Amino acid sequence: MAKPAKILVYRHKAATRLTHWINVLAVSLLLMSGLQIFNAHPALYWGQKSHFAEPWVSMTAEQRGDRTIGVTKVGPLRLETTGLFGYSGKAGAEEPRGFPAWTTIPSFRDLADGRRWHFFFAWLFVINGVVYWVMSLLNGHARKDLAPTKADLAPRNVWHEIVTHAKLRFPKGEEARHYNILQKGAYLAAAALLLPLMVGTGLTMSPGFDAGAPWLLDLFGGRQSARTIHFITASLVVAFIVVHLVMVVASGTWNNIRSMITGRYAIEVEGDAK
Amino acid sequence: MTGATSRRGWLKAGGASLAGLWLAACDKFATDPKTLKVLAGAERLSRRAQRLVVDRKALAREFAPADISPDFKPNGSINPSDEDYVAHAAAGFADYRLVIDGLVEKPLTLSLAELRAEPARTQITRHDCVEGWSSIGKWTGARLGPLLDKAGLKKNARYIVFHCADTLEQTLDGSGQYYESIDLIDAYHPQTILAYAMNDRPVPVPHGAPVRLRVERQLGYKQAKYVMRLEAVEDFAHLGRGNGGFWEDRGYEWYAGI
Repeated sequence: MAKPAKILVYRHKAATRLTHWINVLAVSLLLMSGLQIFNAHPALYWGQKSHFAEPWVSMTAEQRGDRTIGVTKVGPLRLETTGLFGYSGKAGAEEPRGFPAWTTIPSFRDLADGRRWHFFFAWLFVINGVVYWVMSLLNGHARKDLAPTKADLAPRNVWHEIVTHAKLRFPKGEEARHYNILQKGAYLAAAALLLPLMVGTGLTMSPGFDAGAPWLLDLFGGRQSARTIHFITASLVVAFIVVHLVMVVASGTWNNIRSMITGRYAIEVEGDAK
Repeated sequence: MTGATSRRGWLKAGGASLAGLWLAACDKFATDPKTLKVLAGAERLSRRAQRLVVDRKALAREFAPADISPDFKPNGSINPSDEDYVAHAAAGFADYRLVIDGLVEKPLTLSLAELRAEPARTQITRHDCVEGWSSIGKWTGARLGPLLDKAGLKKNARYIVFHCADTLEQTLDGSGQYYESIDLIDAYHPQTILAYAMNDRPVPVPHGAPVRLRVERQLGYKQAKYVMRLEAVEDFAHLGRGNGGFWEDRGYEWYAGI
């Protein structure tokens, strides 16, 4: 048997690479400015309006004897989260705040600035997303790379991918030329579901926009529900990013990063490489 | 043991100061006036886009009586201590007069009884605070459009400024007085009213007695409370710090439809 050889294949088209990195920038700043905005009223409700006495999620500071603690409530759950949620800051300068300073832009409380950052990058994010989808439909990225094939969806294949991913063993050779079903599923969920849901729920919070599109209020169950779903979806986006980064590192950090910059991805092939 | 502890101490201190540097760098960039000016360009884009896709007369959602919030949250000034206002409140607003002047043909002065006799509208709407929460309330008030027609706007009038009785921030130059402004598209919107009743009773002091503006397609800080005077202007650069409102002067968007 011949020794495995490495060859470079062209994996990511220019449009995919460019929109990917713009998305990295926009989503990072949207998340941080979003937490700044959340901190202005660190509580979430379901429905059209706020029920101040019974939020579904809240982050507050409470007095416990001679010290202050951070308390996070999620439904019936009550957790002490001092230093992280509800009450945090440098030693001696702790303050009541939802998310800690290192997660927000700016680090101190400034709702006006947070909103400016948020809406600027929301526009960049939406324009970039539209470009991504138009290009992906035109250049075949959606059809050839993302759409699952019949073979992809066979239960045996799905199970096989789950098991090998869990063992952090990734496809090699010919198999690595294409996204596997878990990649396709994750990328499609992010690009076709989570990110558009961020935009939809975001627009529902705009009193001006939902005068023109009141069906959005019915779709998401009210402005406060939309705010809650906006938050949950953002959390899922963070979860996606974490898993994505772990997989990037586990399956070859530099190979993956290079492929998203130059487009070239190295795969191992047996014998006579073409 | 002590070596490990002090090493951990160093690592912790090093990590903390690196994090501190990172935050400071971020903040310097995040609050740089030039950066913020660029970012503020998105506001114009948002306003134009909304005006383009949302019909000028499209109504904000109206709700059923059962939806009214039992805990409608007052915000900003909730009990003004300004001398004139305190006197008005003590007299039950019997001497209150709403003034409509500026770029109008016929300035008006209206008592509360006269304001109540003007064409009115009642609506149950959602109040969205810029902080993120919402409360639903029922408002009755004089429609702003017919009032402006009665005063007769001059051709060069472009904005309506609402001068309020409350000082929200103590400043030396008086720029802490609350005020707001809207353009004529919102001024003539059917749901834009000068509300004198909230939930079928006179507007209570925390919510802006005796008269507050309702401009339903924008955020809470636009809903000026304790309204004393309406001024039609061509532009608002000479008022306050020149940005068209108390919160606008403190970095918030003039167009608060988002």
